[in-house]
This record gives sequence, structure tokens and C-alpha cells, in this order.
Amino acid sequence: MHSSAWQPLDHGDAPVVEIHGLWTVFAGDSGEQVVHRDLALRIERGEILSLVGGSGTGKTVLLRQILGLEHPTRGEVRVLGVPPAALSAKGAAVVGMLFQHGALFSAFNVLDNIAFPLRELKRLPEDLVRDAALVKLQMVGLGPEHAHKMPADLSGGMVKRVALARALIMDPPLLLLDEPTAGLDPAASDSFCELLRGLHRELGLTVVMVTHDLDTLLDLSTRIAVLADQKVIVAGPAEEVIRFDHPFIHDYFLGSRGRRALLALDEHRRRS
Amino acid sequence: MLTDRRDDASPRVERAQAQEHGPWAPRGRWTALAFSSPRQWAALEKSLDEAVSPQAGGSTAWDLRGIEALDHIGAQLLWNHWGRAWPAQIELTPSQKAVLDQVASYSAAPPEAPQASFAEEMRRHFAKGPVLLRLAREVLTLVGQLTFDLVKLARAPHRGPWRDLSGHLYQMGTTALPITALVGLLIGVVLAYLTSNQLRNYGAEAFIVNILGLSLIRELGPVLAAVLVAGRSGSAITAQIGVMRVTEELDAMRVMGIPHGFRLVMPRVLALAIAMPLISMWTSIAALAGGMLAADSTLDISPVFFIQQLPRAVPFSNIVLAVAKSAVFGILIALIACHHGMRVEPNTESLGRGTTASVVTSITMVILVDALFAVLFRGIGFSIGG
Repeated sequence: MHSSAWQPLDHGDAPVVEIHGLWTVFAGDSGEQVVHRDLALRIERGEILSLVGGSGTGKTVLLRQILGLEHPTRGEVRVLGVPPAALSAKGAAVVGMLFQHGALFSAFNVLDNIAFPLRELKRLPEDLVRDAALVKLQMVGLGPEHAHKMPADLSGGMVKRVALARALIMDPPLLLLDEPTAGLDPAASDSFCELLRGLHRELGLTVVMVTHDLDTLLDLSTRIAVLADQKVIVAGPAEEVIRFDHPFIHDYFLGSRGRRALLALDEHRRRS
Repeated sequence: MLTDRRDDASPRVERAQAQEHGPWAPRGRWTALAFSSPRQWAALEKSLDEAVSPQAGGSTAWDLRGIEALDHIGAQLLWNHWGRAWPAQIELTPSQKAVLDQVASYSAAPPEAPQASFAEEMRRHFAKGPVLLRLAREVLTLVGQLTFDLVKLARAPHRGPWRDLSGHLYQMGTTALPITALVGLLIGVVLAYLTSNQLRNYGAEAFIVNILGLSLIRELGPVLAAVLVAGRSGSAITAQIGVMRVTEELDAMRVMGIPHGFRLVMPRVLALAIAMPLISMWTSIAALAGGMLAADSTLDISPVFFIQQLPRAVPFSNIVLAVAKSAVFGILIALIACHHGMRVEPNTESLGRGTTASVVTSITMVILVDALFAVLFRGIGFSIGG
């Protein structure tokens, strides 16, 4: 049993993430605040699922619960068939996380940041680690000339790319993204989406992301899960979600910004 | 069944069809996750060593179709093993080719770490200007800005940051009372024990009041309190302002037209200038109490005698000197801490360096300035005739 942590992650057709009966209650000064009430969600292999919801509906909390950084008050979260806490032994090999502000280690340069999870294994030869980090650096669209820069010298878009390279260094089957395009200009957002789509295709990743960017949302996701009233009110492809009758969805997708994004998406689909 | 499968999945290199000169056939899962198992990695390294690289005259034919899973790390391992070139003969699936192609195209020579030449280093060093000159300019800016801010406060006292001041007074003053009292008390006890032995030899027991009174009130109290406050509040000030720099709060203040000097530096300097003399007196009192207890137990000098004798042994000018000295210490500690805080760069390392530098500099300055005071006021505060 002791070697179970090193067994291949062969979980068959089981969902990558399975959540049911999840309750999250925060005890504050002003009494208890229920964030999730009996929430259920399944994420299948190969999906790009976007979590959508108003501010304070617990999207990031849910992401952190999938990562095992926070524990739900009640209920169960299973990632690749095991509780998230059991995954921590395998760490970066199973789940990659792109934090909203990158969370690069400011004391290391770009290459050392990307190589960090591999180097921590303390087993692989140094040239392999360095080469693997360089490959990932170039896969996210940055040249080898950036390898020796410090995080403080990078632009916002570059920080996100380096953080993505670090999240992907061990080719994890599951990638979590917290606001991947927040703070990027439209051109950088587009190329970041293109990059994510390409990586998703090449690596066969399952992606879960939290985003407020309607363009990213409609452009990338194969499924959208809407958090409202403390639970997932609907989860499905964009067309299905938009037809769902709920005041939040109405305001979110059918406001002027939403209409614009949907129109652009339709045109894009018709052309391609 | 389970063990069978696990053995099958471990990455390794075999001869295809177990022939003597058949192509090398890697099998199992060539993934980062598999490599992270110590046992599997050791086995893989051994079997890779056997599969001699093409350059070393080994077989040049490889058959990758037996690999269960190949990720970028696995592909990189193979690619590096092949000496960064395709083997002469290779059989592989399209998806494996895609991964290997990517690794092959991106396996650039690692860029050299930039290393500045000697001339460059020299130029950079001298571009900063002489260290002393730079330091003098920084000190001048700091003190000058503080003076301007104090003038501004004196002109319009009702617009001063009084709430900040009272908060800092509590944080740096009130909360420092327990620790300074404890340290002072213990130092007083230790000092009294040490001197009482010597004094007994000469039969000069009564002089313990003079020795303790002068040394504690005039020197040890203020310096001890200043060192403790430099460690406590100096580091806190640097870290606070440093984090404000990292999170761009300082820039936000500047944009709103709120000057840093007036809102951040001056209240802290004023708070420590007020709190420091009080803490120093408090430390001295605690130390004297400790010394009094120790004198009572070792030399049979009663607390009543001690208290009666103290004013005669220690003229009042010593207290004035100690208070003035402490106020200067407080101003120094706050200024140095603010200065280092403002210079923190937006990374974690710089924050740590700044905090260390702040504490070390302020303790050194406290001791230097204390020596200066000792020399300047050497004729003041000693009772004539002992």
C-alpha cells in the first residue's frame, strides 16, 4: 500500500473532478455565511470548464478546494478518484495551477522558476531538468533569451506565461486557471487563449478556469458552470447555459457586453 | 494482477522481441510522474545505461511503439539519451512523433547566464558615485524632508496625522512595556550581583547605589531600551513600508497627492521620539528595581536605604541627559527604518534584506551616538565628591 502514491494515474473513465454534497460555511463576526449549499459538479476528462458567478459566490474557494488548499465544511471533493489531500504527494505531476498573479518565486529567475517542481524531485539529471524547462518556456511562446530574467523584470503577460510553463512542467492531466486573462491587453489575451487551446489539444489536458472575461469564456470553454444561489445552477455548453432562465444569467450574458461577445462568437463560428 | 500491472507500467528499455541485435524498445509509462518514484527512476537509469547511445556504437534502431505514455519529460530524456539527434531507424506512433518533434525543435542550447565584464562592473560601481557622498545626500534628504514636514505640522496642527500618531504610540510604546521591563529587571539583578562581589572586598557596599544608579539611568537603560525598540519597531516599520511599496500602496498615496514624508515618516518619527524616552525611563526603573532586590539579598542594603540614597548619588541632570538621548535614539531608529522601507524593491528578497539592514544600522547608530553623548557630556551629571 505504501507505494500507492507512485502508481500510474489510471482512473479509467472516472471524472477528473467530482464534487457532491459540498457545503462551505465561513464563520465571521456577523454570524455564519454559507458560500456553497449542497453543491455538485462533475468535470470529465478533456473538458475546458469555466466557472462563472457573481463576486463572492465562491468560485476561487471552489478552485482552492479542488487543489486541497481549503477543506469544505461538509461533502466530498474527489480529484482523479482520490481526495485532493492524497494528491499532494504527487503535487505538480497531477495538478497544475495558474494563480491569478502568477505567484512566481521572486528570488529565482525564469528558468529556475519553471524547473522548480522537477528539481525538487532531486533525482533527474540537471541537464534534463534544464532542457525540459527550456522546452516549456518555448511552448508558452517565450524565447530562450528570457530564461535568465527575474520575475520583477517581466511584464504582466510574460509573468502569466512563465507561471503557465511552471504549472505545465510535469505535464499534469489537470490544469486549474484563476482569471488567466485578467490584466492582459486584448492582443495578449487572444494569444494566451490561442496558447491554451493549443496546449489543450496537444497535451490532452483537462482545464478548469475561473474567469470574468466573456470573450475568453465563450472562446475557450467546452462547458460553462454557473455558480449562483450557493450552488451550480446549470452546467453545459454556452448555448444551453444562455437559454437557462435565471436573473444572473440574464444579466451576465444578455447584457450589452454579453450580446457583443456572443455576436462576435457567432460570426467567428460562421466564418470558420 | 495489480503487481503485474505496476511492473508493466514502470519505464524501462528492452530489446524488441528479446532478440540479441533487435531494436531498443522502451516500454511502460515515460512520464514525469513515473520518474518521480525513486525505485522506478533507478531501474530506468540502469536500463538506459545498457541501451548504449548510437554514438557509442550501440544499436541505432529504436521502436517506441511499446511505450504506454510519453510526456515531454520522457521525450526529453530519450532525446538527450540519443545525443540530441534522431536515431538512424525509428518506429513510433504519430502522437509520439508530435511530442518528440516539439522537444527536438525547442531543445535549444541553454543561453549563457549574463556575466558582466570587469570593466562593466567597475563602470557600474563608479556610476553610483562615492559611497560617502551618496550616503550624505540621502541623510540630508531624509532630515530635510522631516524638517519641512515638522514646519508644515507646526503651521497647521489641526491637519496633522494625529490618529496615526496615537496608533503608532500604542504600537511602539505601550506594547513594548512588558518585554522592556523583563529585560531591564534581569539586567539589574545580574549587574547588582556582579558588582556586589567586588564591592564587598573593599567594604564599600553602600556604593552599589551610586554604581547601579549612574550606570543604569545614564547608560544601560536608554541603550537597552533603544536596542529592543530597534529590533521590535524598527523592523516592523521597514516591513510595513516595504510591503506598501511592493503592493503599490506608496504609489497610490503619491497619486492622491498625499506626501509620504508627512503621512508615513513623520508620525512614526514623532511617535518614537515621544515613546522612546518613556520606555527608556521605564526600563531604568525596572532595572533599578531588580538591582535593589539583588542588593537587599546579597549586601543587606535595605530598599529604604537604596531609595533614600539614590537622589544623592544620581543628580537630576542625568535623567535629563537620558531623556534627551532616548529621544534622539527614537528619531534615529524611526528615520533609518523608514529610509530602508522606502528603498525596498518589489521582491521578497529585497524585503528581507531591507529589514535586516534597518535593524543592524539602527543598533549600530544607537551605540555610536551613545558614545558621542558620553564624550560630549562627560563633565555633566556626576555628584561632586561621590
